[in-house]
Amino acid sequence: MTPEQLEQIASEETAARARNPRRLSVCMAAGCISSNSDAVKKALERAVAGGPLKDACPVTGVGCMGLCSRGPLVSTEPAGVLYQNVTPEDAGEIVGAVSGPAVERLQCSRELPFFKRQVGVVLENSGQINPERIEDYLAAKGYAALVQALTEMRPAEVIEQVSRSGLRGRGGAGYPTGLKWSTVAKARAETRYVICNADEGDPGAFMDRSVLESDPQRVLEGMIIAGYAVGASRGYIYVRAEYPLAIARLNTAIRQAKHLGLLGSQIGNTEFAFDIELRLGAGAFVCGEETALIASIEGGRGTPRPRPPYPAQAGLFGAPTLINNVETFANIPPIIRNGGDWYAAMGTQRSKGTKVFALTGKINCTGLIEVPMGMSLREIIFEVGGGVPEGRKFKAVQTGGPSGGCIPEQFLDMPVDYDSLAQAGSIMGSGGMIVMDDSSCMVDVAKYFMEFCMSESCGKCIPCRAGTAQMYDLLAKICEGRAALDDLAMLEDLCDMVKNTSLCGLGQSAPNPVLSTLRYFRDEYLAHIQEKKCPAGVCACGMKQEAGS
Amino acid sequence: MPPTLGKASPPSEDKRWKIVAATMRRHGFSRNALIETLHTVQQSFGFLDRPSLEYVAQSLRVPLSKAFGVATFYHFFSLKPPGDHTCVICLGTACYIKGAPQLLAEVEQSLGIKQGETTADGHVSVLTARCVGSCSLAPVALFDSEVAPRLNAVEMRGRLARWMPS
Repeated sequence: MTPEQLEQIASEETAARARNPRRLSVCMAAGCISSNSDAVKKALERAVAGGPLKDACPVTGVGCMGLCSRGPLVSTEPAGVLYQNVTPEDAGEIVGAVSGPAVERLQCSRELPFFKRQVGVVLENSGQINPERIEDYLAAKGYAALVQALTEMRPAEVIEQVSRSGLRGRGGAGYPTGLKWSTVAKARAETRYVICNADEGDPGAFMDRSVLESDPQRVLEGMIIAGYAVGASRGYIYVRAEYPLAIARLNTAIRQAKHLGLLGSQIGNTEFAFDIELRLGAGAFVCGEETALIASIEGGRGTPRPRPPYPAQAGLFGAPTLINNVETFANIPPIIRNGGDWYAAMGTQRSKGTKVFALTGKINCTGLIEVPMGMSLREIIFEVGGGVPEGRKFKAVQTGGPSGGCIPEQFLDMPVDYDSLAQAGSIMGSGGMIVMDDSSCMVDVAKYFMEFCMSESCGKCIPCRAGTAQMYDLLAKICEGRAALDDLAMLEDLCDMVKNTSLCGLGQSAPNPVLSTLRYFRDEYLAHIQEKKCPAGVCACGMKQEAGS
Repeated sequence: MPPTLGKASPPSEDKRWKIVAATMRRHGFSRNALIETLHTVQQSFGFLDRPSLEYVAQSLRVPLSKAFGVATFYHFFSLKPPGDHTCVICLGTACYIKGAPQLLAEVEQSLGIKQGETTADGHVSVLTARCVGSCSLAPVALFDSEVAPRLNAVEMRGRLARWMPS
């Protein structure tokens, strides 16, 4: 299909919307579906069909609107009213209010800091468009960046814009994306591959899931642009089998993109050809590591291998391979559309742009947010997130999953970026933020993550395989009130050993939750050891002691 | 004589093997398709048993040891048949700090089995998940793939009771 034909589809879609501005959008992302939004949508459709707005007010399923804790969410156009905690019984009232005053009882203010403080780049279409219709994406400037790249830019110019944007890998490590792209582009080879890492393994994180469910075309567009820039003609999306809805929407998106000639040969009527295939993960956390992920796509056990050679030189099937995370690819279309400098104007000195976070745990507004890099943790948790519920006291926020750490209150005013989080003993990670209040025991949390790393260790290298098991035993001993101070010293020694001698990122970062809790909550460890007491009342240390005596 | 390409015969006459064969054919019987094929087997039959692993290994010309290695490496694959119903407790971080361990203890106690096990009558299996990505509704459990948000012990017992034969 030619660029003109694509534009035609987009303008027809926009015109159709202008002719009939009335519309009801129901959040159909995983969170709201679990809260019964499917039934809400059906009830709204029935209410529309049985009333005066019949055929004049489409009911559309859209992607994530962010505020999952108040789902199911419904928004109306043209008034732009947002409704929360909607039940199927509310349908009649909502439909009746489409062209009149809003139903106050259900209204959720768009003036909440939760919405006001956000900046939509990756999530610009999320909750706005129907993720199962490519026409919706085209009408929202979708594929304009691809057409621009293919028709007006040389591959090197695309990479130049990505470099200028200052975008860093959103999977967690923060490697400069432009640099990665140019390394793959420079590698000498006939065949190159692009891989999208959608194996979102960090527990407590669902950013990628939401992006894939809400705006899958954006990820495809980012990958196709990447393919053009680095000279690849084949891409793979490695997605978790635990995300059935994301898989279904990706399959739909790929089919529709192929149908419009945006995947396959002669994309946008140019010489460029690119295809994308899905590969399902099978539940192995270590497959988030790039060499393990490649081994898994090749059909084997997902065990990492030493680097170098880096995948950019020798990756999938031995060919130079570009691996980026879902959110990284999702940032590409707006960067190409608006230019790298536009993106670089947001964020901090060394971390540009915006970041999507999943706010969960002991926080009022749980859900998905996108904020500029450099916003402070206090603003994110207490303004955007609405603070800690039930009047309890904030204790720590966990970032970076099992590779990250727990950040205590004294760092709340720190601006969030790659470097400051690392300084505080954690990492940016993929974007999960789990807030903990005073009812959580930090030793128990460290034990939880160590159990995770122990069972997710692939077993290839000894420091990780044996070290995580030993550390877990020591942490269990401390929690049960059976430990002595020597055990704490041994735990610290092991942290050092595992961190410095493991083969891949899983082992190297496995001690982080222990190290960060030891650094900021050492008194809790000491209380378990010296007083045989769990200050938060989570661990059963005292009780076991009594039962045994 | 080495086995000919894709000519291994399926373990039974069951029509579901045609779906499995179709997956392998789509990937040109490439060895790289091992995981994709095992996904199809598990989707069709609910689990992977020895005859199915032998069939897939032979068809894709990989050693049985490799097929077995892959099947046991990944948590998603199960070598045991699941119960008629499955209850999956999410143990992601958000669920964990909001009481998932208590939910797990509750379900284990009320069914008298441990996680990873199936009741003796084959009726209910209890499994745990690393994270199902519904963190904003924590704690959650999946009852036959349906997410139950903000679960508590009372509701959990009610959901389990609905599965019990009347």
